[in-house]
Amino acid sequence: MDERKIRVVVAKPGLDGHDRGAKVVARALRDAGMEVIYTGLRQTPEQIVETVLQEDADAVGISILSGAHTFYFNKIIDMLKEKDASDVIVFGGGVIPDADIPGLLEAGAGAVFGPGTPTPECVEWLEKAVAEKRSKE
Amino acid sequence: MDKLIDKALAGDTRAIARIISLIENGDPVSDAVMRRIYPLTGRAVVIGITGSPGAGKSTLTDKVIESFRKQGKTVGIIAIDPSSPFSGGAILADRIRMQRHTGDDGVYIRSMGTRGSLGGLSRGTREAVLLLDACGKDVIVIETVGVGQSEVDIIKLADTVCVVLVPGMGDDIQIMKAGIMEIADVFAINKADKPGVDRVAAEVRLMLDLVKNRPWTPPVHLTIAENGDGVDEFAESILKHHDFIKNSPEGAKVEYRRLSSEVEDILLKNLSRRTEKIWKNHMSEELMKELAARETNPYLVAADILKKIFPHG
Amino acid sequence: MSSEYKDAKAKFEASVAKVLQRNKERKENFTTGGGLPLERFYGPDSLPSADYVKDVGFPGEYPFTRGVQPTMYRGRFWTMRQYAGFATAEESNERYRYLLSQGTTGLSVAFDLPTQIGYDSDDPMAQGECGKVGVAIDSLRDMEILFDQIPLNKVSTSMTINAPASVLLAMYICVGEKQGVPMDALSGTIQNDILKEYIARGTYIFPPKPSMRLITDIFGFCSENVPKWNTISISGYHIREAGSTAAQEVAFTLADGIAYVEAAKQKGLDPNVFGERLSFFFNAHNDFLEEVAKFRAARRMWARIMKERFGVTNPKAQMLRFHTQTGGSTLTAQQPENNIVRVTMQALAAVLGGTQSLHTNSMDEALALPSEKSVGIALKTQQIIAYESGVANTVDPLGGSYVIENLTEEIEKKAFEYIGQIDDMGGMLVAIEKGYVQKHIQDAAYEYQRSVESKQAIVVGVNQFQIEENRGEMNLLTVDSSVGERQIAKLRELRESRDNIAVKNSLEDIKKAAGDESENLMPHIIKAVRNYATEGEICGVLRNVFGEYTENIVL
Repeated sequence: MDERKIRVVVAKPGLDGHDRGAKVVARALRDAGMEVIYTGLRQTPEQIVETVLQEDADAVGISILSGAHTFYFNKIIDMLKEKDASDVIVFGGGVIPDADIPGLLEAGAGAVFGPGTPTPECVEWLEKAVAEKRSKE
Repeated sequence: MDKLIDKALAGDTRAIARIISLIENGDPVSDAVMRRIYPLTGRAVVIGITGSPGAGKSTLTDKVIESFRKQGKTVGIIAIDPSSPFSGGAILADRIRMQRHTGDDGVYIRSMGTRGSLGGLSRGTREAVLLLDACGKDVIVIETVGVGQSEVDIIKLADTVCVVLVPGMGDDIQIMKAGIMEIADVFAINKADKPGVDRVAAEVRLMLDLVKNRPWTPPVHLTIAENGDGVDEFAESILKHHDFIKNSPEGAKVEYRRLSSEVEDILLKNLSRRTEKIWKNHMSEELMKELAARETNPYLVAADILKKIFPHG
Repeated sequence: MSSEYKDAKAKFEASVAKVLQRNKERKENFTTGGGLPLERFYGPDSLPSADYVKDVGFPGEYPFTRGVQPTMYRGRFWTMRQYAGFATAEESNERYRYLLSQGTTGLSVAFDLPTQIGYDSDDPMAQGECGKVGVAIDSLRDMEILFDQIPLNKVSTSMTINAPASVLLAMYICVGEKQGVPMDALSGTIQNDILKEYIARGTYIFPPKPSMRLITDIFGFCSENVPKWNTISISGYHIREAGSTAAQEVAFTLADGIAYVEAAKQKGLDPNVFGERLSFFFNAHNDFLEEVAKFRAARRMWARIMKERFGVTNPKAQMLRFHTQTGGSTLTAQQPENNIVRVTMQALAAVLGGTQSLHTNSMDEALALPSEKSVGIALKTQQIIAYESGVANTVDPLGGSYVIENLTEEIEKKAFEYIGQIDDMGGMLVAIEKGYVQKHIQDAAYEYQRSVESKQAIVVGVNQFQIEENRGEMNLLTVDSSVGERQIAKLRELRESRDNIAVKNSLEDIKKAAGDESENLMPHIIKAVRNYATEGEICGVLRNVFGEYTENIVL
């Protein structure tokens, strides 16, 4: 077996156009050797989930700065469950108030990274989470 | 594994996606999978779309999907982006332009990184195409990397190779140099609302005229992928070429050539895997020292090993 | 330089060399935040410009390096304009009236994303987004509520709206009508800058060509009917937020400006006329000296571009007037109170750079929408600079500073280099299509991120001087999710009560006009708005005619 690459979908749900963070993270994940499927802006939860399935992604990272995070996290996590794909790791970041984070984690998000998180922290966490996920396969 | 294949053949997206990953990762089960699905292949129209960056390949692919969907055909897309030679990672962003088809059950899009393979394709592209074929996709589109380098491997996979050019990018000459012109079955001059389109089209036709008595003369289409102009006609030419391939002696030749290269590639892949193993077994600290001291040389060592593998030459 | 100076300097340098042998400096190379080299010391011999009158000049005079008015803030302070808006028109109206009562002198409307992208609140694409980053406006009815008890002849209003700018401007005009304020008495600004949406901000709708037409239609209409309106705010703010350097911010913004002027000229409009109504919008970032120089450089460059490139002779059309907002991306979620200090310095840089209006960010914006208290502090920050610091009492106080004049010239040089490359490519539209601009910005953004991670750049509280903190204490503003439902109910009621035949006819009218490039769309849009056609309906018609843009990703 050659090498099993980590495949991650990085998505911008909704109408929010602030993609600096998503792009910086996408590049950092690539530089860490991962394959990043970048969906671009204005994605519906349906599109994001279908992309995850078609691309056989291990994880999906969502970036939201518009305040609509609770809506989108819940929707995406629910739809993954519906599609029998709740093993897919969901993580994200953006402008997300601390008070909302416990709710997102409880709903099934693996991690929520706030502004100022160094990208290596994000990479490290994801590598670990994917290794753990794969060990259960 | 058999269950996963059954699910894939029944059209389950995640199963198809998973198998492509296994193949792409060089998982040992790949050969068995291919042996099982191969009898189901050979039905799809396999199209390659190549051309330099900025030519609008993805947008054109998006509109080609639409055109085939209007005819009720199901479509699979393999979109290839370059992997970073440094990290091995990749940003796969071709599907952005096709995202509106995500959610259409008749369309499956898969992004692949080149993972070190040259020639414009990725490792596992061939197998992914065969799998989508076996799973019943009517049309399969391979969008090559498009880095402007020689991307000729596509002829080993596609029935019909489409080359996308664009006026005013100054790279048409590059493409001609790179030998891309020779592999084209259909041309699209995209962004045809830009100045210089007539010049590019004329140049292409001139080049085509240099070869007399072709059994198939590649048609040259002007397209504006952004709004879909000319795309239906372009798609029609693709199907026409496919008909031609399937119903002419030239077509049979192409088919034989492709099958032959398929066998060759599989042989090569297996041999190289084995070679790696044999060399690892053969290699020793002592041998490396001898090599370094120039007491023996790589040619002699290789000849020695070959004699052991093929005692009869 | 005199020989006396030369001798003195040689002596100084010799003594510095000795000091350096004993104590190395903190870094080998010092640069600005944008990577421009910084010398140890600037003196009279490092003043770049030999020709003061030609290159620096006097305030209010070409090339306006020192400011666009002769008396600057001695005449009148800058406009303190706080960007605000959330939830519904009712709630935002209340916030505006609070701000006005607190001494704000101009309004700045933030719209929610569905409004910015031309979707009504009941559109499936609007789910979860209504009222989140700004106020939800679906029809003239919402706009009437938004400006209730705010006389439009007394305030100037800036609206951050781009792709559907015509529709929102039309609504503003109609609110004026209802208040009895004629068009020529309205003053304010629409952002209306689509190019930076493709580059950096993401709220585009239509492809570039029809978008440019909508913009030039507004130029044409307002020149004749709304003469005091700033028809565009050519924005570097978001380019900088997306990660560009200071020099790139200036370069790409002015290159956008060039593209607009060219498009309008092609339409037969006179840059001496519409040029007066072009305004700009910049970011104020952390590197204080570089920022002050940036504003001065931008002003000088635009004057030169308008005069030399477009032959503009009207001084008012050569002036670069600009709004500034402090840099949102410099705010940290960690130790949010520190942001007050950052904002203060950024605001000071904007004032020393000669801004015409200013928005100061609130300390909690890296966490959520700003609360009323933090908005208050942000506004007070401006008032303290204006009334207490004394910097507003003389014009361009940093003018003539060796380092400032030097950096002003360096930024101009660097920015003109970029503009030259863009010209060579065939202009800004081609450069955007090729991803040239996006690529430069993303590379700069990534490089900055890496320098923070390697601690080459220090962000207090983030990668150094961190403390354990409990942010649960912060009082954050949240928009409750019922906003969408309330808007949807209002829309349903509107669609039942309005004259639907008139709506249908006026939409049909827009469709026809959209197909005919020689027609100005503005009057048609105003008519539809007056009939209470919704924003989503109008943009929907235009979407059908113009098509939609898909982003061009370069990573």
